Amino acid sequence: MNIVVCVKQVPDTATERKLRSDDKTLDREAADGVINELDEYAVEEALTIKEAHGGEVTVLTMGPEKASESIRKALAMGADKAVHLSDEALHGSDALSTSYALAQVLKKIGFDIVLLGSESTDARTGMLAAMLSERLGVPQVTLANKVEIDGSSLKAQRLTDYGFDRVEASLPAVVSVVEKINEPRYPSFKGIMAAKKKPVEKLAVADAEIDAAKVGLAGASTEVVDFADAPPREKGQIVKDEGDGGVKVAEFLASKKFI
Amino acid sequence: MDLLRVDDQLTDEERLVRDTARRYAADRIEPHVADWFEEGVFPAAELAPELGELGFLGMHLSGYGCPGAGAVAYGVACRELEAADSGLRSFVSVQGSLAMSAIHKYGSEEQKQEWLPRMAAGRAIGCFGLTEPDHGSDPANMRTHAKREGSDWILNGSKMWITNGSIADVAVVWARTDDGVRGFLVPRGTPGFTTRDVHKKLSLRASVTSELSLDDVRLPEDATLPGVRGLRGPLGCLSEARYGIIWGAIGAGRSCYETAVEYARTREQFGRPIGGFQLTQEKLAWMEVALGQAGLVALHIGRLKEAGKVTPQQVSFGKLANVRAALDIARQARSVLGANGVTLEYPVIRHMTNLESVLTYEGTQEVHTLVLGEAITGLSAYR
Repeated sequence: MNIVVCVKQVPDTATERKLRSDDKTLDREAADGVINELDEYAVEEALTIKEAHGGEVTVLTMGPEKASESIRKALAMGADKAVHLSDEALHGSDALSTSYALAQVLKKIGFDIVLLGSESTDARTGMLAAMLSERLGVPQVTLANKVEIDGSSLKAQRLTDYGFDRVEASLPAVVSVVEKINEPRYPSFKGIMAAKKKPVEKLAVADAEIDAAKVGLAGASTEVVDFADAPPREKGQIVKDEGDGGVKVAEFLASKKFI
Repeated sequence: MDLLRVDDQLTDEERLVRDTARRYAADRIEPHVADWFEEGVFPAAELAPELGELGFLGMHLSGYGCPGAGAVAYGVACRELEAADSGLRSFVSVQGSLAMSAIHKYGSEEQKQEWLPRMAAGRAIGCFGLTEPDHGSDPANMRTHAKREGSDWILNGSKMWITNGSIADVAVVWARTDDGVRGFLVPRGTPGFTTRDVHKKLSLRASVTSELSLDDVRLPEDATLPGVRGLRGPLGCLSEARYGIIWGAIGAGRSCYETAVEYARTREQFGRPIGGFQLTQEKLAWMEVALGQAGLVALHIGRLKEAGKVTPQQVSFGKLANVRAALDIARQARSVLGANGVTLEYPVIRHMTNLESVLTYEGTQEVHTLVLGEAITGLSAYR
């Protein structure tokens, strides 16, 4: 089983995140980079599938040099090797052009199943899985909270607002996962030490037959026109209980139409 | 807060070690450790296999199932464990840096094969018996002795303040012989070998501390550690463990500091957060500086150790400076928390009382001071 996990490095949600004023892209210098949390669940699922069915887990990342930290973490968790697509031409790619670039790499390296988190904590478009499956011409299973491989097909539970759907798809397929699917393992120290000896293949756009005109800021179909800081949170209202606290809280909730 | 951003100097690998250690401590230790401390227990049987699985035990050793991490990675792991509790870091130090490192450095191939893989996995626990009831800073005058009887050895004596003593599957015991001090591996259950726990401690309560008694304990020749004679054996292991303390103390100090900062920002007196008062700010600024300095000392000594250049005097420098800093930070933080600082609802007083042990074990502050005194003057004050 040839399992590929798409991993994105995102700014740590615990630190202050900023956009650059010059080209309105993410300021990667301003925040510590971490592996996108949902992608850790995808790595865990890939390792679980490998442990049950054999095969190899490849980590695929598109991002600047610094994204190698996230690759290292996925390898430390137990992935076998990595492909790092890194090229100045990719800077500023939107979801559509990112899906194009990743699909080109996936066509080149081949796969039985592609796993990824259902969304990233930075851009939060949640569209990459669908776009990838369309570009690759394979089934998409999104928002999976359970995946079982059965020979040349997979069965999954797909999380919905009302419960879950049971879906089946033939392989190869693209699967995006939600955090209910598993509990990602900690990288053990042995895993961390072993990770530095695992192969990481570096690719530039030309290596993956990516048309540079279709990626990056110039190739993006969407544009960040403007941005502003979120307004500071308003100070909460404190209700002092002078015998009528319950009534006041109820009145407040009613005024906001909660009750 | 970490104004100097010392951790930016860590490699990717060291940061991953930090993150794993921090997450483990946050998930498995921090929610329970105040209760363990209050009840005076350390759930070693439960924690040791988990710590082994992640690679904490014998982390900086190579082969025999050990991860073979670098000195700084090991230090960072000690720091994150001790940010949860000094008792946890003590368990890991004694297992890895004392018991396993003694076998790794001085043991026969058979001894290594027998003990190290199980100890690395946390399926066997070790302790290290050097200190005696009457000989702490002065191990050269130890009373525990081993005498030949045919091809066997007969051990008599007692060891005191032994972390993991009563839960150990194997004790590394140092005893005087006609041929100088030698190390012996004493398995649990050996006739004549008994342990008794030290109770009524107000420090390291989430850690097992025992007395070991050796009463005509008969051991075969292959129970001796063949690789070393003399005090340089145990002292070589202690230098390893002291190194871990240089980092660990920062963890305890950082936990106190972070608690104090959070408290100072939210606790209001006279209508505003106490963090806005100059007296509180002076304390917090002092703590920030002390932590930054301690972090630089630890990293510097760690890199020297990785380069194979570190001296025992430098390790004494680090232990002296960083434990003192951590204890002072804990005391300052306690005062920021006012009355709340004395309860186990906050980690501060737990760290503070723990650090009183850390100040004394693995070479007292006084002894490390005299080591530096000798390095400076060329004159030994205690020999």
